[in-house]
Amino acid sequence: MSTQQLPEHPDFLWRNPEPKSSYDAVIVGGGGHGLATAYFLAKNHGMTNIAVLEKGWLAGGNMARNTTIIRSNYLWDESAAIYEHALKLWEILPEELEYDFLFSQRGVMNLAHTLGDVRESMRRVGANKLNGVDAEWLDPKQVKELCPILNINDNIRYPVMGATYQPRAGIAKHDHVAWAFARKCDELGVDIIQNCEVTGFVKDGDRVTGVKTNRGTINTEKVGLCAAGHSSVLAEMAGFRLPIQSHPLQALVSELHEPVHPTVVMSNHVHVYVSQAHKGELVMGAGVDSYNGYGQRGSFHVIEHQMAAAVELFPIFARAHVLRTWGGIVDTTLDASPIVGNTPVENMFVNCGWGTGGFKATPAAGMTFAHNIATGTPHRLNKPFALERFETGALIDEHGAAAVAH
Amino acid sequence: MLLISCPNCGSRDETEFHYGGQAHVPYPENPNELSDRQWAEFLFYRDNTKGAFAERWLHSTGCRQWFNMLRDTVTYEIQAVYPMGTPRPDAAGRVTPDTGTASTAADSTTTGNASPDISGTNASATAPSTSSFSTTAPEGATK
Repeated sequence: MSTQQLPEHPDFLWRNPEPKSSYDAVIVGGGGHGLATAYFLAKNHGMTNIAVLEKGWLAGGNMARNTTIIRSNYLWDESAAIYEHALKLWEILPEELEYDFLFSQRGVMNLAHTLGDVRESMRRVGANKLNGVDAEWLDPKQVKELCPILNINDNIRYPVMGATYQPRAGIAKHDHVAWAFARKCDELGVDIIQNCEVTGFVKDGDRVTGVKTNRGTINTEKVGLCAAGHSSVLAEMAGFRLPIQSHPLQALVSELHEPVHPTVVMSNHVHVYVSQAHKGELVMGAGVDSYNGYGQRGSFHVIEHQMAAAVELFPIFARAHVLRTWGGIVDTTLDASPIVGNTPVENMFVNCGWGTGGFKATPAAGMTFAHNIATGTPHRLNKPFALERFETGALIDEHGAAAVAH
Repeated sequence: MLLISCPNCGSRDETEFHYGGQAHVPYPENPNELSDRQWAEFLFYRDNTKGAFAERWLHSTGCRQWFNMLRDTVTYEIQAVYPMGTPRPDAAGRVTPDTGTASTAADSTTTGNASPDISGTNASATAPSTSSFSTTAPEGATK
């Protein structure tokens, strides 16, 4: 792995305008998905009189807290289509946004530790290949060749029995992704308004006509919700329900180390996922806390469980020190698939339910959601992820590929 | 790590318990008459409250009994522990926004003392005595 220099931090990538009294569309949530949605609304649909409202600071929620893993090796056709579209966009976005956010296609390995894992993984590799997603099955020796620090001995509690591998998968610098989108949005005329919390909605019958904020009421023809863990809170303000449960999801980083970890390793079964950031920290994801929570922190036993798994799989991590741990609020659905589409409120659209893996989908979520907002009807890629699937029963069960159990 | 007062066993670490999600969700009285929309509500839709939330817990590695708990989902403070089948302790004084009603009420979680009044209940005083504690299964399983 090369130790690339981080780019210089440029000054003033976007303006900080006062909110106008009306916009053609308002996006609630200034994280990755909200910014990507605004970008594609402006670029693909010519909607530039729009605003992104962010209650805190830009990309300070889950966009700042995720483990930056990007992959598309999901099981079902609907998921493979949208996540693979996202991956293809990741491949061209640095050039399109004129910003090198260090997208590093170093591959992602999903380990198998039981016979059930092996069968599920091989099935997924087959499904991926049929959907044009690059995927390979690796035996333990091949796993070791790709990631020499992994312990493949059979004297551990859950020995490595193989892995799926997606070579085009990888990681990116999450903050830089947000800044790249924000700068382009700003150039296209989008108002990014930070410290602007939505406190309610103005409705005319079943139609939304405005957004109430702590900085005044903003009239708008269309509202797109991109609030991840707080989606239920916004939906309640607007008068409808979402089949979402918010949970704390934790992650941590070690202090800086020499490059030792060349790829990304994920394990559903013993539950840890690890990569090494460009600067040198080992970035590790833990599990969700079982209870509903909005506290952006979780219980320590979850971290302990994850560290035990990490040290068994990577014995050299035993002497690494934790630099910090944190939590974010993830919006989980019962089928581990997102909800992108129309809502019971006319002219209000929702993009949520990405749960524990929304970062990787950022460009495709933005592209499809922008299409849905601009045209009023879903893009073919987000159509299967409509709210109606919970009534029709056409669920898209991605618990196997979603990596974080919930 | 939460320290949870099991009504039967006393204070134990969170790791001894399993979470059961929202409490007070009854099994439909007439399942055959439900529309697809109503089934979706029962199967997939649960409240996702920011603030005081009534939820079910199972002391899976202790007495293996279910009970209800009122917990703040922002501060994680446990406000009451009470038996299955009894009403939510703060229900009497609670303004219950029915679903479908827009609420623009101030966020009740922004200050530490803004949680609903549940006078007479606090984590240490609410554990019912074992003799009066119902050992019924969660709502829904017995109907």
